[in-house]
Amino acid sequence: MLELTDLHARVVPEDGPAREILKGISLSVPAGQVHAIMGPNGSGKSTLSYVLTGRDGYEVTQGSAEFEGGDLLALPPETRAAKGLFLSFQYPLEIAGVPVMTFVRAAMNAQRKARGEAEVSAPDFLKLSRIAAQRLRIDPEMLKRPLNVGFSGGEKKRLEIYQMLMLEPRFMILDETDSGLDIDALKVVAEGVNALRRPDRSMLVITHYQRLLDYIRPDRVHILSAGRIVKSGGPELAHELEKSGYDSVMGAP
Amino acid sequence: MSEDKEVLVKEGIDRGTVDAARALESDKYAEGFVTDIEMELAPKGLSEDTVRYISAKKEEPEWMLQWRLEAFERWLQMTEPTWAMIHYPKIDYQDAHYYAAPKGGAKYKTIDDVPKEILDTYAKLGIPLKEQEVLLGVEGAMETAAAARETPRVAVDAVFDSVSVATTFRAELARAGVIFMSISEAIREYPDLVKQYLGSVVPVTDNFFATLNSAVFSDGTFVYVPKGVRCPMELSTYFRMNAKGTGQFERTLIIVGEGGYVSYLEGCTAPMRDENQLHAAVVELVALADAEIKYSTVQNWWPGDAEGKGGVYNFVTKRGDCRGARSRISWTQVETGSAITWKYPSCILRGDDSSGEFYSIAVTNGRQQADTGTKMIHLGKNTRSRIISKGISAGKSNNTYRGLVSVHPRASKARNFTQCDSLLIGGECGAHTVPYVENRRSDAQLEHEATTTKLSDDQLFYARQRGLGEEEAVALLVNGFVRDVLQKLPMEFAVEAQKLLEVSLEGSVG
Repeated sequence: MLELTDLHARVVPEDGPAREILKGISLSVPAGQVHAIMGPNGSGKSTLSYVLTGRDGYEVTQGSAEFEGGDLLALPPETRAAKGLFLSFQYPLEIAGVPVMTFVRAAMNAQRKARGEAEVSAPDFLKLSRIAAQRLRIDPEMLKRPLNVGFSGGEKKRLEIYQMLMLEPRFMILDETDSGLDIDALKVVAEGVNALRRPDRSMLVITHYQRLLDYIRPDRVHILSAGRIVKSGGPELAHELEKSGYDSVMGAP
Repeated sequence: MSEDKEVLVKEGIDRGTVDAARALESDKYAEGFVTDIEMELAPKGLSEDTVRYISAKKEEPEWMLQWRLEAFERWLQMTEPTWAMIHYPKIDYQDAHYYAAPKGGAKYKTIDDVPKEILDTYAKLGIPLKEQEVLLGVEGAMETAAAARETPRVAVDAVFDSVSVATTFRAELARAGVIFMSISEAIREYPDLVKQYLGSVVPVTDNFFATLNSAVFSDGTFVYVPKGVRCPMELSTYFRMNAKGTGQFERTLIIVGEGGYVSYLEGCTAPMRDENQLHAAVVELVALADAEIKYSTVQNWWPGDAEGKGGVYNFVTKRGDCRGARSRISWTQVETGSAITWKYPSCILRGDDSSGEFYSIAVTNGRQQADTGTKMIHLGKNTRSRIISKGISAGKSNNTYRGLVSVHPRASKARNFTQCDSLLIGGECGAHTVPYVENRRSDAQLEHEATTTKLSDDQLFYARQRGLGEEEAVALLVNGFVRDVLQKLPMEFAVEAQKLLEVSLEGSVG
């Protein structure tokens, strides 16, 4: 479903020189699979999520990224979203004055329009929202408040997953969704994510820790270091990492 | 010779580019068309003769002419204010026509006498002037109660350059005791009322632009709501500047008697022209005891092109007097147009327990400059005021909030709440907040909150990642920013305002 071949990318800050962050990533995520990307700080995990979703300030210098057989990198972020790419942000943004439901409905309709589908009706939307909120144990009142404004870190993460349930993406990237969540919240969020698992959906779970992977079981685990995938393996790799640390697993002295 | 040819070609290209650019601009500013109609213009320039010419054209009584002449005398001794944060080339007051009216007379007996070109103009702008049309529109929509609430009937006074061309629903309003007509007619038909109130809120000597207006004001709207009457429909005036090289100097006077109520809407547009047009209006509101006036403006004068060529210079004095106890005045404005905006709709809270409100959305893009805000003058006991201002700057524009809250010695327990938020889009615009507070009471309660935020690339990316296109994302974020003010507008204006915001900010990112 997602094919990365020798992907090189650099970050281009508004002030200061460009720095190469991704130095040749090849990765294949077939439909229905969950892949985890683990790695120390600064290894390029978030950069990878931004390059895949098309954020400004990141430049691909070499290699390719294909989504369902088509080139991903040439598309603007909103077109990638309409094709089913969803990023659960590590730091969700606050949108003053725009209630959660208004935001999600606008996004849903924009995606539908881009795909040539009809807009969602108000009753259908409310029904979907009710189910998603129940699943994530979100107080419906919260959905009437401006998106993320004054919400706790945990609430923001939960709302990312709420948006994911609502938008029903084909490919999900979870960027450190576990950070800021206590164990109970983590379970709720993981349940929500698992509810979306289907043979035609895939997922990239970016995380520091094994913890989240106890609840969202990956098919493959990749270790990212200094912009390269240095090791890949099954779920047991994450356990090994947790036990012996990055240095040992990556074979550093 | 060959050189000549080259120049010609070059000119041709340049012209093509200019036309293309202009076409793009006109896509954005749909009101930018010119109505081709034969006009009667006052000779260019400003002198005592100009004042006499205008007064004579309007068949005014002698007292009105004297009032104007005194204002003109006064104006000659005044100098243009320079304290606002706006920059523009010196205005040549002799280089404009101070009166422009469609030929064939300024007075039309019935709507059928109004030239087709003018009716078409208003139709194009979406302003129905034929009552039947309004009624038909409403009958169709009355099927559900919700639709009825959303499409209330609105009476319109249409001012085309210097004259009022039509005023709708006058008879029906008259049955309720409400006088709704052009100020020129009111001067002839209700001289006592006009004499009593004209200049009583904004004195002839108030400021440079108000004094100029007092001398040469052309047309505008007069509203009188008698004691105890709730005006049965929304009233509105639609100002259209059309003629080339003219200024528009309208004068609006609204008086609401004890316990009365009126909601009034004002809309403005002008064609796209390369030269600057001057607009210096005066609006006076008088609310007697227990009266309430809601005044809303959607200002969409031509703002000039992206390089700052052309556009309306808008120097406006708007003031409401809460003359009676417990009276209430609220100003709501959505300012998207004009090259220059200099405007401070204010409230004089004279009556005890009276209250004033100011809700404002001011958008500047391209090279626009806006210096706008309000004054809340607390004179009476227990007077309350509330100011919510949202400034949005994009492109290379500058947007200044300038406000005054003044609590006088007699105004015990006065209260004010002020919130000024600025939103910056892009890195080349400016937002400024200049709040003045003068307090003479220890028991006054004054609050001021101000924020400046930049519409961040992070927010835009977040919205786009969810599937919203760039323009759509900006519109959604901006709508969120102004939401609490939009909610104060009458329904149909809120929709129009929302669309205007989108159009004004097109191309402001990326």
